Amino acid sequence: MGRFVVRRLLLLIPTLLSVYTITFLLIHATPGGPWDTGDKPISEEAIAALNRAYGLDKPMWRQYTDYLLDAVRGDFGPSYSQRSRDVTDIVKDFLPVSIKLGVVAMLIAAAIGITAGTIGAVKQNTPLDYLATFGAIVGVSSPSYVIASLMILVFASYLHWLPTGGWDGVFSKHAIIPALALALGPAAALARYTRASLLEVLRHDYIRTARAKGQHERRVIIRHGLRNALIPVVTLMGLQFANVATGSFFVETVCGVPGIGRYFVRSIAVRDYPVILATTLIFAVAISVMNLLVDLLYGVLDPRISYD
Amino acid sequence: MAVRPSARETEDAGVKLVSALDRTPPASLYRDAWRRFRRNRVALAGLIYIAVLVVVAVTAPLIAPYPYDVQDVTAITRRPDSTYLLGTDQLGRDILSRLIYGSRVSLLVGVVVQVVIVAIGVPVGLVAGYFGGKIDTLLMRIVDVLYAFPNLLFVIIIMTYLKAQFQHATSGLLVPLKSIDRATGGLLGVYIGLGLVSWLTVSRLVRGQITSLRNKEFVEAARAIGATDARIMTRHLLPNTLAVIIVATTLGLPAAILGEAGISFLGLGVNVPTPSWGSMIADGVSQLRSYPHILLSPAIALSLTVLSFNFVGDGLRDALDPWMKQ
Repeated sequence: MGRFVVRRLLLLIPTLLSVYTITFLLIHATPGGPWDTGDKPISEEAIAALNRAYGLDKPMWRQYTDYLLDAVRGDFGPSYSQRSRDVTDIVKDFLPVSIKLGVVAMLIAAAIGITAGTIGAVKQNTPLDYLATFGAIVGVSSPSYVIASLMILVFASYLHWLPTGGWDGVFSKHAIIPALALALGPAAALARYTRASLLEVLRHDYIRTARAKGQHERRVIIRHGLRNALIPVVTLMGLQFANVATGSFFVETVCGVPGIGRYFVRSIAVRDYPVILATTLIFAVAISVMNLLVDLLYGVLDPRISYD
Repeated sequence: MAVRPSARETEDAGVKLVSALDRTPPASLYRDAWRRFRRNRVALAGLIYIAVLVVVAVTAPLIAPYPYDVQDVTAITRRPDSTYLLGTDQLGRDILSRLIYGSRVSLLVGVVVQVVIVAIGVPVGLVAGYFGGKIDTLLMRIVDVLYAFPNLLFVIIIMTYLKAQFQHATSGLLVPLKSIDRATGGLLGVYIGLGLVSWLTVSRLVRGQITSLRNKEFVEAARAIGATDARIMTRHLLPNTLAVIIVATTLGLPAAILGEAGISFLGLGVNVPTPSWGSMIADGVSQLRSYPHILLSPAIALSLTVLSFNFVGDGLRDALDPWMKQ
């Protein structure tokens, strides 16, 4: 177990290094630089001074190693577009909002998805099952920004139950629409997996045994069925986390949530190299750690799996 | 007492049965699959919707009531009426016409991205699965590392790079690409970007399939009569992975369509004034509170299209299932 975790954490190094290298090469090879402001061009001397100040006059390999060493120490450098602030400060402002929103969305998705999938499997081929299955496939097919904007239209514009946008912490009314919009897609995917997996499990002999010994049906489904059925579902949750993380790009834009996704989109247009690099690295770490957690959760759910 | 058929009658029935059996065409696996698929009404409905959409996309200039970029300054944000069936947007452009032309963008992105995915994912999976050993370990380790890449961010970085390269191209190989990029409304970079981040799943599926097949008797037989590795891979193994590839690409289509729509929604994909459903949805969101009709039609069109592809993909998977379980 310990060795497995260490090995997986070591695998993070080549992963992050290749993420960093590819991102670095691509953004520096992209024509245009951070000082192309378009409407009011900056003088040659000013650009040279800016390049010197931000180390952009150094050879490319030097910029590559310099930023890498700083990033390892947790210093993501200055932002080019917000001259007075460090990327680390900016990330500290925006990232927690995205993480809180993502975690809440993931919890909602798990609750809705697993419940709907279980109902679908237990009541297989009844109208209730068809409804759950149909709802799931509609959810998979609707992008989060469409759901978010439709919810704003109905619940904010017409019914005035919820605010149309903005942010006031994750436990406020402002978080309801973005969290639900983010959760619906993953919830739908989880529901489909849970249903298929539970149907498969419920065919096993030990389920018949459990029923034969007079076990309560609810207990059979939850303790004997669901616990085993959830193993593949957990894998999917790890993958869905990446969806929630990037889905936040859109939902944050629609709902006016000050998260990291919205910030990334702005930074790409203005070639804010440190912000782009920092965001990509943070997302890569998040996805890798999530995948590792999922693999560990596997072992908890299924004692037959051991990591040696 | 039951009436027993005479010997003659029995014989007749037998002949009829045999000739009836004779007339049944040999049931190939794909024919079987098609029969199973047809029984799935939802999947069939999805297929019909997609067929209609393809016709709409191909005949767009004939059936669109207006050009997609003409502005009617007297009818800005007009609600649906008899002149503009779905209303106009904030620049006075006919939404129905833009919706019709937008289907071209969505279908093309779906198909082209699948071509890129198959072109990369299938050879990688084939080689890794067939040769195994060190090659397999190396290729799959690369796939593992790429899985940790934040996809959307990478598509955006890749397409920003390509778009800028195309725009600044003055000579060499990039010039024809530049004109392709312009012809597709600035989406060539999005095609390549989406393809480059999406081939991993297909390569894993193909590898899995090949690994389970490579020690089967028919492969050994082919090797015994002196078939080369390349021939075994392309002639004997590849056809056996076709079902997996078909299902994966059908389910990959809606993912690519959603990807393009998302990037255009963020204002990074399609060039103005080319209509993409994603950019139309973005227009709709900006006018949401006063003119919700601008949002509704592209949102419904996008969701229905993705829904249909998902239904067809699921139907195909169920239809091909007995074959895929081997």
